[in-house]
Amino acid sequence: MSTPHTLPGSGRGLLIIDLDGAGSHPAARRVSPAAPDAALDPGHVRGAVLAAESAGFHAATFSDPGLPDTAPAERPGAWAAARLNALQRAAFAGPVTRSLALIPEVDTVYTEPFHISTQLASLDYVSGGRAGWLVAASTSAADAAAVGRETVRGARLAGEAADSIEVGRRLWDSWEDDAVIRDVPTGRYLDVDKLHYVDVETDNYFVKGPSIIPRPLQGQLPVLAPAGLLAPEAVAAGAADALLVSAPTPGLLAAELAETRAALSAGTAGTASGASGPALIAELDIVLDARGQAATERLAVLDGHAAWQSPRARFAGTAAELTELLTEVLAVADGVRLHPAVLDTDLEELSRLVLPELRRRGLLAPNAPDATLRDQLGLARPASRYAAAASAAVPSPKPASTTAAGAEN
Amino acid sequence: MSQTTEFTPSGQLQLGVFFQGVNSGTVWKAPASGSQTDFESFRRIAQTAERGLFAAFFLGEGLRLREHLGRPHALDVAGRPDAQTALAALAAVTTSIGLVATQNTTYNDPADLAHRLSSLDLLSGGRAAWNIVTTDNAWTGANFRRGGYLDHADRYTHAEAFVETAKRIWDAWNGDGTVRRVHHSGKHYTVDVTPRLPRTAQYRPVLFQAGDSPEGRDFAARQADVIFSAHPQLADALDFRRDIVERTLRAGRGANDVKIMPASEFILAATPEEALEKKAWVRSLQIGPEQAIAYLEQFWGRELQGYDPDGPLPDIDPVVEETSETRGSGFHGAKARQLADQWRAEAAEKGLSIRQFVSAKTSRGDSTFTGSYTEVADRLAEYARTGAVDGFNISPWLIPTGLDDIINHLVPELQERGVYPTQYAGSTLRENLGLATPVRSAAGADAPTVTAQA
Repeated sequence: MSTPHTLPGSGRGLLIIDLDGAGSHPAARRVSPAAPDAALDPGHVRGAVLAAESAGFHAATFSDPGLPDTAPAERPGAWAAARLNALQRAAFAGPVTRSLALIPEVDTVYTEPFHISTQLASLDYVSGGRAGWLVAASTSAADAAAVGRETVRGARLAGEAADSIEVGRRLWDSWEDDAVIRDVPTGRYLDVDKLHYVDVETDNYFVKGPSIIPRPLQGQLPVLAPAGLLAPEAVAAGAADALLVSAPTPGLLAAELAETRAALSAGTAGTASGASGPALIAELDIVLDARGQAATERLAVLDGHAAWQSPRARFAGTAAELTELLTEVLAVADGVRLHPAVLDTDLEELSRLVLPELRRRGLLAPNAPDATLRDQLGLARPASRYAAAASAAVPSPKPASTTAAGAEN
Repeated sequence: MSQTTEFTPSGQLQLGVFFQGVNSGTVWKAPASGSQTDFESFRRIAQTAERGLFAAFFLGEGLRLREHLGRPHALDVAGRPDAQTALAALAAVTTSIGLVATQNTTYNDPADLAHRLSSLDLLSGGRAAWNIVTTDNAWTGANFRRGGYLDHADRYTHAEAFVETAKRIWDAWNGDGTVRRVHHSGKHYTVDVTPRLPRTAQYRPVLFQAGDSPEGRDFAARQADVIFSAHPQLADALDFRRDIVERTLRAGRGANDVKIMPASEFILAATPEEALEKKAWVRSLQIGPEQAIAYLEQFWGRELQGYDPDGPLPDIDPVVEETSETRGSGFHGAKARQLADQWRAEAAEKGLSIRQFVSAKTSRGDSTFTGSYTEVADRLAEYARTGAVDGFNISPWLIPTGLDDIINHLVPELQERGVYPTQYAGSTLRENLGLATPVRSAAGADAPTVTAQA
């Protein structure tokens, strides 16, 4: 495990790339050198994570935008929505990669918090402690209809996301680190005093616990959330370890980051989380000059197929111009997440021209092969919240009135 | 499709491995016993199985930790990863073995589960399967939004509606780039979805099922590709085969359409004597003195720590159970007292101590194949010849090296006898199990077709 590093700027120098099929532009698969069904091809997932790792990215996110609200008949091209489950793509990448952190986007509104928590903990095991969670809260009526629930809107979305994070975090802590004792003399595999019911009661559901998998390797997986998704109180209480910050244009990113940071320190004044707060990651869509074509031309061709509707700032230009922009942004952000318009084409340019120059300028965190995602974010590995509680109060054993062999098989 | 009404033995066996994780079957006290959660254990077992041309690698599903007298059970292996997440990772480091996820119909949503299974099937190049299980109790439901709401009697009705909805989701993509919308409005679920994923290299995930009651067998005969059965003894297996063939024909399917792979345990050595010694050692580690007492405590519903594991069964009666109804294998008080009387009589008659009695009750005696490699290979060849089963699903008692002697010594013996593959038949699980490609169902009345720009 590496120790937290210090960089010349204020940030941590993390570069994250979003890996989403042929690319982030909805028409990417029409122009990509990869097969048009890259989003469904395991070979493409393998190639993409290896390329991102060897380019020197610290982490990859895996999008899972859910079902489109508009029926595809009315919106040709909507089936750019066809993609493999993000958590599975990340898990598939686990044994293939060595240093790249793997961060799937997982919805919190129409999913079972218990399943999500154990899936993410499992991802941490298959990746050797390189897993993170990009929290999403689906606004899609189609996602609601698919599971027969009413569409959740407005402030309740933030509530669902916060509840799901709380369940996840408590379940990750529900096995203390040394709960598996394998004590042959007493015949005990587990020390049951180190397993804990979580008993989370939200407005909508109840989760008993404990988890069905031991504590994740990182203890707690880092949780990333789009800035603005969670209520300020939830952020102040430590729900997220990193926030993804968007702005309408690249020029406005620095100001937006400063404003977000100011709001955070105002919100956390006098609270336990204090000055540290979540890391801030800037969001940027990119199209680069590539293969003899100007970025603007490439973008025009792509937009001719389908409009790129994105809440993020967009950069179109040369590798040198992008390097300058990232130098500015990395001075005020802890990291940047890049969304390449066409993955194979833009990643090649990033790998060849942009990352080497950023590294030369000393702006990037080192790529340590065995670093966890927590290490990369400068987060210490926390003790289980229940470990502290258990040392304070001895749990009273329940009366021996019930029996269960369990429903596992 | 022309349907065979006469069952024909294939003369071949397939093997699967069930990484079972949580119960007394896994020996954790042996020095060679490795981690139950580290990915390396999973990789080692799956790659070893693939070296031995196993058809399938199975993972169970955990939804709630086993409990004993109201607290998590301390004595057996516990804790395991989410099945599909672990299998997605294994898909990257294996090329041919089938990847089977046990998944519950009660605590999953059909659209979500069907989507994730499709995804695993695409990610593995057509090697995914679903081992369908149902749970009905509120005790497990306490971990889920959906809670526990299912009447025991409704389990299969509910599971069947779930499976049929999943099949319609996997059937939804037409050859011409259009997609059928899938609606299901039932007692337990409402689903309205335009599926996002196309069919896979093996059309759709292979379906395994393990129910043994008459309802469970009919369910499997209608819906499943493979039965994960509980009938490994030859005579019993032949009866089970006859019964399943009848039910399959009644369900309008062909006599060879449903494969049977019983759960089994193998304790092998170079000689019969060594194998018996090994068996005694394995059993002593599976049921230690603590497990023996704990096993009885489950049924007595009270602590029995004062009793000698090497002495007779407890003379006190079980406490009356008031809340056991939802705990899976719990018993009502009256039933527990009856059981205790019965067991005391049985143990006294056979002269068994607590430990001996529990070891006999829990050892999967029927499902254990003990002997020298050649002995066991001869026995298995008989299963292949008679068509009693299509293969065996092996639960290794040691993780992660428990398959090594099977792969190194038993598999070659089976190959010499011509009853085991010498290479994978194809690249998908369906091909490797010798299953036919499903026939696409006609569009339902409620299924408007929409265009997909795939």
